[in-house]
Amino acid sequence: MTGMNRRFVLGAISVMALSISAGLAQSAEIRVLNWQGYGSDEAWAVEAFAAKTGNTVVHDYFTSEQEMLTKLRTNPGAYDVVLINSAFTGQAKAEGLIAKIDTSDMPNVKDLAPNMGQNADLAPGGEVYGVAWTWGVTSVTINKDMVKPAPDSLAVLWDAQYAGKVSIRDDGVEAVQIAALATGQSINDIKDMEAVKGKLKALMPQVKAFWSSESDWNQFFAAGDFVVSTFWSGGAGRSASKGLPVQFVVPKEGALGWLDGLSIPATSKNPEAARAFINYMIDPEFYVKWAASGAPSSANNKAAAALPDTDFNKVTLGDPAVVARVQFMQPLSDETRKAYLELWQDIKTAQ
Amino acid sequence: MAGAGQSQVLRAGALLAPAYVWLTVAIFLPLSAMLFFSFLSAAPFTNADWHLTADNYTAFFARSLYPYLLGRSLLLAAVVTCLCVLIGYPCAYVLAKQIKGRSREALFLLIILPFWSNSLVRIFSWAIVLRGNGILDHALKALLPFDVSVNLMFSYTAVVIGLVHSYLPYVILTSYLALEAIDDSLIEAARVMGAPMRTILARIILPLSLPGLASGAVLIFVPVAGSFMEPRILGGRSGTFYGTVIEDQFVAVFNWPLGAALSFILLAVVLVILGIAAPLQRRAQ
Repeated sequence: MTGMNRRFVLGAISVMALSISAGLAQSAEIRVLNWQGYGSDEAWAVEAFAAKTGNTVVHDYFTSEQEMLTKLRTNPGAYDVVLINSAFTGQAKAEGLIAKIDTSDMPNVKDLAPNMGQNADLAPGGEVYGVAWTWGVTSVTINKDMVKPAPDSLAVLWDAQYAGKVSIRDDGVEAVQIAALATGQSINDIKDMEAVKGKLKALMPQVKAFWSSESDWNQFFAAGDFVVSTFWSGGAGRSASKGLPVQFVVPKEGALGWLDGLSIPATSKNPEAARAFINYMIDPEFYVKWAASGAPSSANNKAAAALPDTDFNKVTLGDPAVVARVQFMQPLSDETRKAYLELWQDIKTAQ
Repeated sequence: MAGAGQSQVLRAGALLAPAYVWLTVAIFLPLSAMLFFSFLSAAPFTNADWHLTADNYTAFFARSLYPYLLGRSLLLAAVVTCLCVLIGYPCAYVLAKQIKGRSREALFLLIILPFWSNSLVRIFSWAIVLRGNGILDHALKALLPFDVSVNLMFSYTAVVIGLVHSYLPYVILTSYLALEAIDDSLIEAARVMGAPMRTILARIILPLSLPGLASGAVLIFVPVAGSFMEPRILGGRSGTFYGTVIEDQFVAVFNWPLGAALSFILLAVVLVILGIAAPLQRRAQ
């Protein structure tokens, strides 16, 4: 073999290697940061998405919003898609953790309900930093075999009949906001903190245990540790689909509403593949299948309309009068969060 | 001669180097970082402005909650340590002095086995046993003629049970090593002289095995004082301890500096307690 020939062969090999690596780059690995068991990690969905686009999806999980922010701060470049509650999107944007999303190549975005797709927290000034994905409410869930008749007021948490059979999430913000609802106040502008404090103090003797994760909740509920507790509408739907005798109640005082969006970290290495994944996440085809195993309400109007009439979300949250009672949570400052936590720690310790 | 000494120093240095590198990287650096954090006004990787401050340490005294919970955690640690010693020391004595041969190995394995399982798995197993309508409840109902109902889950007792079970092997292992080293002929000599069992225990066995017992107790006391996972899972509404408020700072409000400061205050208090206990222990020897 002459020197010329050898050089030609080497050149041909390197060209081949380049084209192979280019081919690989198209099928990217999308790394998603989400709550565990929250839709995006459904095995069938990951498979269907991989079959459709060739992109693989791997997951990492967080157990609190603060942990999610910590992971974004300390692991730049590690994630491509992250679930951020609308109350935290502004903070993540201000810290430069997430990037503006160009939704022009995401056909499903136009079907989002306007009040969610254009939510002031997710899309400040019309610039999308989080694509509205799911929403739901935190309210009271009862064991329908034990609590009869179904209550229409938050007062059921303070009902002496259920003393030692009540649970509430171990979370300062949620505890304070539930007490604010029970005392007839706006959750985003609490004027009478003493009333909230008194209400929470009165709640402590009722409480058996605090729950912190959905698996806690199901475990405690199934073991009969409590018959009435705060819970998420999505979680209640999943528990109901597992056959637990749960009933989700939006009482006359209202409920805490939340909106989850999917964002792309500023350090993502595959923003294009991430946009394709988010578009698939808000697709009616994905949502209807997910809803069959218990999902929160979809922010996509077309997806919500495609649900069967017996669906948990259509039954409990479909009524416009119920939706009107929901108070959507706005972002909280670090000082407020700290104040709520300290109040909650004081109350838990002083009992 | 001098050359030989030098090469010996070099060899010792080479042998010790991995241990020192490991200590520096795995213990000294993270701890120093945390100590640094504890003097900041905000964690440095948020984009909030931060400066050096001692506010996090004064915050401990500004809220009566922190000293109160620290006392509560130290009391929990004392209770758990006492129970571990009361249960573990006799176990270790029986293993070291009464049982010989293969059955000792089998018993040892039984003691160590739970220790190899994940601590979270152990705590959740306890949750299944202790809860009303759980395994303990059913077993007692089946065994006892009168009607009983046991529901220990979500109580201080449940936290103590879970922690004692988790940390018992420490005191058994350290006491066993100390008891094993006691020369049997010392005990025989005392017996020949007519000493009753309790004198032998008080004058020979206990003093000679005290260093092992004490190191086991320290190994238990320190982590239990800062425990947060067991109280959170088993304690229910009485599960608020010093460790859980430190966890809150890291997990719920992202206040690493305050969490770090609270941790170092715990470390300092524990060191003071161990410092007071050290001369007592030496005198006992």
